[in-house]
Amino acid sequence: MFLAAFLAVFMGWLLKQSFNTQPWVPEEVEETAHQAPLGANAKAVALTTLLAVITSFFALIMSAYAERMELGDWIPMTEPNLLWINTGILVAASIAFQWTRNRANEGNRPMLLPGMLVTGALTIAFIAGQLTVWRMLNASGDYVTVNPANAFFFFMTGAHALHILGGMYVWSRATIRLVTGNDVEKVRQSIELCTIYWHFLLVVWLVMFGLLLST
Amino acid sequence: MAYVAIADRDHEVEHHDPQTFITKYVWSQDHKVIAIQYGATAIFVGVIALLLSAMMRLQLGFPDQFAFINPESYYQFITMHGMIMVIYLLTALFLGGFGNYLIPLMCGSRDMVFPYMNMLSFWVYLVSVIILLASFFVPGGSTGAGWTLYPPQAIMPGTPGIDWGIVLMLLSLAVFIVAFTMGGLNYVTTVLQARCKGMTLMRMPLSVWGIFIATVLGLLAFPALLVSAIMMLFDKGLGTSFFMPAISSMGADPGYTGGSPILFQHLFWFFGHPEVYIVALPAFGIVSDLLSTHARKNIFGYRMMVWAIIAIGGLSFIVWAHHMYVSGMHPYFGFFFATTTLIIAVPTAIKVYNWVLTLWEGHIHLRTPMLFAIGFIFTFIHGGLTGLFLGNVTIDLPLSDTYFVVAHFHMVMGVSPILVVFGAIYHWFPKITGKMYNETLGKWHFWMTFLGTYLIYLPMHYLGFQGVPRRYFAMGNTEFLPQSAQDLNAFITMSALFVAATQILFFINMIWSLKSGQKAGPNPWKATSLEWQTPDTPPKHGNWGHELPVCYRWAYDYSVPGYPDDYIPQNVPPDEAPAGRDHEGEH
Repeated sequence: MFLAAFLAVFMGWLLKQSFNTQPWVPEEVEETAHQAPLGANAKAVALTTLLAVITSFFALIMSAYAERMELGDWIPMTEPNLLWINTGILVAASIAFQWTRNRANEGNRPMLLPGMLVTGALTIAFIAGQLTVWRMLNASGDYVTVNPANAFFFFMTGAHALHILGGMYVWSRATIRLVTGNDVEKVRQSIELCTIYWHFLLVVWLVMFGLLLST
Repeated sequence: MAYVAIADRDHEVEHHDPQTFITKYVWSQDHKVIAIQYGATAIFVGVIALLLSAMMRLQLGFPDQFAFINPESYYQFITMHGMIMVIYLLTALFLGGFGNYLIPLMCGSRDMVFPYMNMLSFWVYLVSVIILLASFFVPGGSTGAGWTLYPPQAIMPGTPGIDWGIVLMLLSLAVFIVAFTMGGLNYVTTVLQARCKGMTLMRMPLSVWGIFIATVLGLLAFPALLVSAIMMLFDKGLGTSFFMPAISSMGADPGYTGGSPILFQHLFWFFGHPEVYIVALPAFGIVSDLLSTHARKNIFGYRMMVWAIIAIGGLSFIVWAHHMYVSGMHPYFGFFFATTTLIIAVPTAIKVYNWVLTLWEGHIHLRTPMLFAIGFIFTFIHGGLTGLFLGNVTIDLPLSDTYFVVAHFHMVMGVSPILVVFGAIYHWFPKITGKMYNETLGKWHFWMTFLGTYLIYLPMHYLGFQGVPRRYFAMGNTEFLPQSAQDLNAFITMSALFVAATQILFFINMIWSLKSGQKAGPNPWKATSLEWQTPDTPPKHGNWGHELPVCYRWAYDYSVPGYPDDYIPQNVPPDEAPAGRDHEGEH
């Protein structure tokens, strides 16, 4: 469903570009010098495209989850309560990133490094929390192979954590740039894009967590 | 910072010209070098896949005559042939090869937007190829699960390569998807952001449109393959039951609890069907440009061609289950997918009509690229028509898993795109190398390939009607098949070996022309699109010298009345040349 909606919007936008055009008529260039129609910069376009790819990835996992849980051997899992705390930490990380991003937009250079460090610490705390959940499950005998519900749980949380670690790579580069005192303008864009990515992974987590809780 | 389009910022952008041999040809960030690296690697693995098919044909045509082909190796040949051809050759060649070469040049850009990531994309692709080829040499050999890798057989005893082969195959696919995603992000972003001034979306050549939409399809569809590959690795390595049903194997219980093999099929074909169009759409786009250029006529119905590409791209996501009619689905489900499948024939047919109408009253030059382009129209119509049979549930059921299916998909997504690949290589060879290929040798190559493929695949349809099953190592004493079926199989094998051998003409032509071919001018075909207007041939790093081109018109101003030349390049301003046709397609 999501993919259908996404494709419809994208294809609709492409079609809109093509209506009322007469490509066979040559024109002076001022009228048509519209080479970047999204009005955004390249990195933002690439990030948006990447988010579409990741959304497709998680949407497909969740569809597979919904299909698989219909079969007879499925025993619903009881999610550890620690996941609620982890969710809170991830929300806090997103808020911290948003705050840092707002400071960056104001040009408040001194507040950026503390903001980034707090965000990083919260994110690492989230990953550590997820690992703790895994250890708790293993300790109580809820191994990955016990039941397909468990297998999906480990697969989904693992895939989500890996995506966060990918984001942490970009976060660490931006933070190093801040420490080495590079041009604020360059870091500002990294922070901006990272913030979007963090919010996005938070939404993915909330949807996934909701699915896990409700089934 | 206020937004400034990339093309407007050109003078601010530094261009790091590669200085050493290594940065120029090995760790190159130049899209043209990366394109050639991608292309050469893809063709290299393609030749391996071709040899594998020759071995399969040896067994089918002359059963049990060759000691080195046994049932296990036969299934390994099938699997590797299919997977290499579809993914590591065609996908990589069209998007990594032609996409890389053509997008920046046709859009008037200096390079891809993220050159470093582009370089990384190739090297990661190379790693995936090495992992794949390594599976030939591991204990148990490569996987013999068939290119669809259906569980449970893909990881159960009885299928070759269940220890190492299947793991390396899944790993290689995962790595390939990472490589493709890096490349794909580049292609999409470059098309959307880095076109030169005046290059509106609706002035892009159809080659770029085809590659662009195919990339979007790939970006959204490959995750399905990734998900299924990871889940199968879990099933294989950890013993989970995502796909593996409760099953006993040779009297033993492997411990699987009741997973769904059908779930794998859904995921696989959710990727697998768009994959057909990931290969076909670039071919559609490129063939449009070849036909228009060599017929000296504007493409018929440019906007309709763009809309058809977009429509096919969208529809390709809702037809996947037509590969699964025999998996036991609800009749209404089958009805839905049969309907969407037949609907997709509409935009496809529009494209075919427009190609034919482009030729109508054109000034056709039957050079090698044009021969391949016209050959494509033939093979694609044949493959497309048999698709109508197989898209219908009731006709598909008896034909499923017969040679009719093999003939169908080889015509439509084997022969057809490969003809376009050859046409495109001949067409752009003068630009890529600065040399002209040998026309006579090229024509011989075309005729032998084109007629030869018909000798291979037309009889296969007939075998399919007779009920000859695909994937079988040997027919044995199958009563319902007459001896003539075996004779036909022998004939097909002879034809296949002949066609495979004639491909040597292509390689001789390329290597000889590269060394001793005549010098080609910058625009030997008198083509309009921007890649032919570069200041240097082959284009240097940065493509355009000091000034980026400005685009004033579409890429199809051929034979415009009142203009002395029969083509007007895209960068000729309107005050220097008249308007193109009053109406698209009108003559």
